[in-house]
Amino acid sequence: MRTIILKTASSYLLPVLLIFSVFILLRGHYLPGGGFVGGLIASMAYVLHAFANGLSDTKNLLRFHPGFLMPIGLALAFVSGMAPLFLDLPFMTGLWYPGEIPVLGSIGSALFFDIGVYLVVVGVTLTIIFTIVDTI
Amino acid sequence: MLIAVLLGFVFSLLLVVAGKFFRGKPAILSAIIPLSLFVYFSGFINEVSGGGVIRQSFKWVPSFGVNLGFTLDGLSLLFSLMITGIGFLVFVYTSTYLKGHEYLDRFYGYLSMFMASMLGLVLSDNMISLFVFWELTSISSFFLIGFNNKSEASRKSAITALAVTGLGGMSLLAGALILGSVGGTYTISELLNSNQVIADSPYYIPIVIFMFGAAFTKSAQFPFHFWLPGSMLAPTPVSTYLHSATMVKAGIYLLMRFTPILGNTEFWNSTLLIVGAITMVYAAIHALFRKDLKGILAYSTISALGILVFLIGQGTEKALLAAALFIVVHALYKATLFLVTGIIDLQTQTRDVTVLRGLRKVMLPVAIAGFLAAISSAGIPPTVGFLGKELTYESTLALISMPVLWIALILITKILLLYAGFVAGISPFVGKLPEQFANTKKPGMLLWLPPMILAVTGIGFGIFPALVEPIVFPVVTAMGESLGNEHLKLWHGFNTVLWLSIATIAIGTVLYFILKPSQKLVESAERFEFLSPKALTTVGWAYFNKVSSLWTRIFQNGYLRNYVSTIVVFLIGLAGYSLYQTAKFDLDLSTLNEITLYEMAVVAMMFSSIFFVVFTKSRLTAVASMGVMGLSICLLFVFYSAPDLAMTQFSIDTLTVILFVLVLYRLPRYLKLSDYRTRIKDGIISLAFGSIITVLILEVLASPVDKTISKYYAENAYVLAKGKNVVNVILVDFRGSDTFMEISVLAIAAIGVYALLKLHLKETDQH
Repeated sequence: MRTIILKTASSYLLPVLLIFSVFILLRGHYLPGGGFVGGLIASMAYVLHAFANGLSDTKNLLRFHPGFLMPIGLALAFVSGMAPLFLDLPFMTGLWYPGEIPVLGSIGSALFFDIGVYLVVVGVTLTIIFTIVDTI
Repeated sequence: MLIAVLLGFVFSLLLVVAGKFFRGKPAILSAIIPLSLFVYFSGFINEVSGGGVIRQSFKWVPSFGVNLGFTLDGLSLLFSLMITGIGFLVFVYTSTYLKGHEYLDRFYGYLSMFMASMLGLVLSDNMISLFVFWELTSISSFFLIGFNNKSEASRKSAITALAVTGLGGMSLLAGALILGSVGGTYTISELLNSNQVIADSPYYIPIVIFMFGAAFTKSAQFPFHFWLPGSMLAPTPVSTYLHSATMVKAGIYLLMRFTPILGNTEFWNSTLLIVGAITMVYAAIHALFRKDLKGILAYSTISALGILVFLIGQGTEKALLAAALFIVVHALYKATLFLVTGIIDLQTQTRDVTVLRGLRKVMLPVAIAGFLAAISSAGIPPTVGFLGKELTYESTLALISMPVLWIALILITKILLLYAGFVAGISPFVGKLPEQFANTKKPGMLLWLPPMILAVTGIGFGIFPALVEPIVFPVVTAMGESLGNEHLKLWHGFNTVLWLSIATIAIGTVLYFILKPSQKLVESAERFEFLSPKALTTVGWAYFNKVSSLWTRIFQNGYLRNYVSTIVVFLIGLAGYSLYQTAKFDLDLSTLNEITLYEMAVVAMMFSSIFFVVFTKSRLTAVASMGVMGLSICLLFVFYSAPDLAMTQFSIDTLTVILFVLVLYRLPRYLKLSDYRTRIKDGIISLAFGSIITVLILEVLASPVDKTISKYYAENAYVLAKGKNVVNVILVDFRGSDTFMEISVLAIAAIGVYALLKLHLKETDQH
């Protein structure tokens, strides 16, 4: 499936889709979106790239095995859940930075939890798809 | 106290990184940890013996009423001192015993993990954290028994031990949960106030049975005792530490801790008396028919645990004092004997008592330690064992019902235990040294010093009973009994107790000289092996395996389509039955919205895609049609204002189609996979499932909807969680724990896929 059109398009689409996935991730707290969908979109960006350029190219682009994103994401989600314990609050209490940050809006532990979800989803999807492509 | 408990866990984690360093000479440095803990806990002796109780509490999961509460009273202190004190000696001993072992660091890691969990167990004031630590001791015991993981017997024993004690752990959790809901709290010290409520509740008997289940499995009571002799395949330091001195006494600890809450009823006392008596006599007789030193010690340990349960069952303050003292006595002499056995095994490569003779010529200090431990186990004055035996007889004599029977049983046990102690502690060292052991190397000081210290402590406590009083008396106070002005003495005057003691020693010594352990005795006992609980369990186990593999072959046959149809058929049956029972089918059509044109278009699209999936001749068309189906559902979500759902469904569907295409790309172009009969069967199942779901949804519409939950989320999403997208707020905040579990499951699934496919690759490489 290595057509020149798809190849050219994918190299422009990859960064656009990745930025879009981050956008979806960040706006999730106020509007439709969130870490899960964001993660799926990001993995689609890479899958598209792999379709157009072959898996080895995508792997070179990534530099590391996508599986490593899973423990990082899980750890991030876990730590954001554990953080309130150090302030003597129960597990998974939402902590919020009092002020507003430009572009992002308010920042809280839930955002980091969502970023963890995003990373896990990307890691899981890419690991499964890459492994299957590798094997068959 | 939290730091004291966590220290062992931290050290064990540290070994993951710094393992290489600790594997060599510095291994002995790890003994600093139990030593410093021992000193720390010794500092509390004065305060606790003066009646003080030290409490500390940390929040853990306050919403479930689970706190990390620690209590240090007499009972906890006695166990803490034993855990850290014997732990220190075992740590020192191990550094020589397993010198140069390639996994020495791992061994220390497991050992310190065990020490920390055992400390947590005896210090916990909360039943849930008690349960967690209880399970941790079982798990570390599993790793330690299976330490020689290349031997199949080791692995099997480790699994047996884990299965039996794990069953007990479940039982403990069940008991704790019922007790918690009856007593209204999980805090043990608070339950003390409601013991009357608990005793009157209808759940009293189940609670006690569950607690007994936990204690009897952990403390190897009949008929759950069989894991303990098996666990003797572990390296000797483990047998010393876990399977004689500390872990197996966790069940005893549990019984003692809950005596003030659950005790003093007919059911509690008589069950303990009977189970304890059976165990002590049964195991003591078994010890006669062994010639492996560790086997003898294992059965005499079970017997000693039986004596402890028997004493707790008596329930009087005298009996509880006897139990507390006997815990100390037993830990001191049995740990010594195990360590001595380990040295003999290490230097001569055998533990067979029928060949071991005259070893005093090559290892005199070990012989002295063994001798002192043997006379302490025999209860010969002036050892602390004598004090323990006197108290045991005294309290048993005071029993109201059938004192003669109980006295006879305890007398037999004590005589047989004396015999076992003599065989293990004296017989390898006396007599003529056989040729084969003439060149045995002398053990190093780090090997013989730990058993020597324990044995001498036993004598010291016997000569100066005042030394052991501040440790033992507060145990009885902690269990809610008062001792008055009692003191431990070696000499009580000429009374029945003394005559019983003399009889024990005399008969036991005579028995030792008449009956020598031999191969013949071992064989005569093996004839009855098929009747033992272990053999019966093995038979049951085999049947269980047969049934489960049959079950697996029917339902888990490796065809995805069969799994799906099994699940679907089951659901049809279950939901269909329930609907048949309750459905009213009174749907008010006027409440439904009108059907719009675009909805009809989407539905038509769905139907045509289904038609294509079922009747197409090409795989690719089928997959693409499935994709059309998914996207049509997406559209429906958009119509009914669920954009989050639509977005997710859209992405998932795209990825699924890609995945399918990737897989199909490599498959042969088209094959007819199923015959008409299968297709018709599948069609019927699908239709039935579809109708059931339709009826179900119509039923849901017919019943009034409770909107409290959705209203709560909608109202509080912004107030509590500062988010305007309710769906996302539910995912990351309100039900964040669920999401966390879900992403963990996802990660596990990905690892599973990766492992399965990559493993398969390697196998094909091999062929």
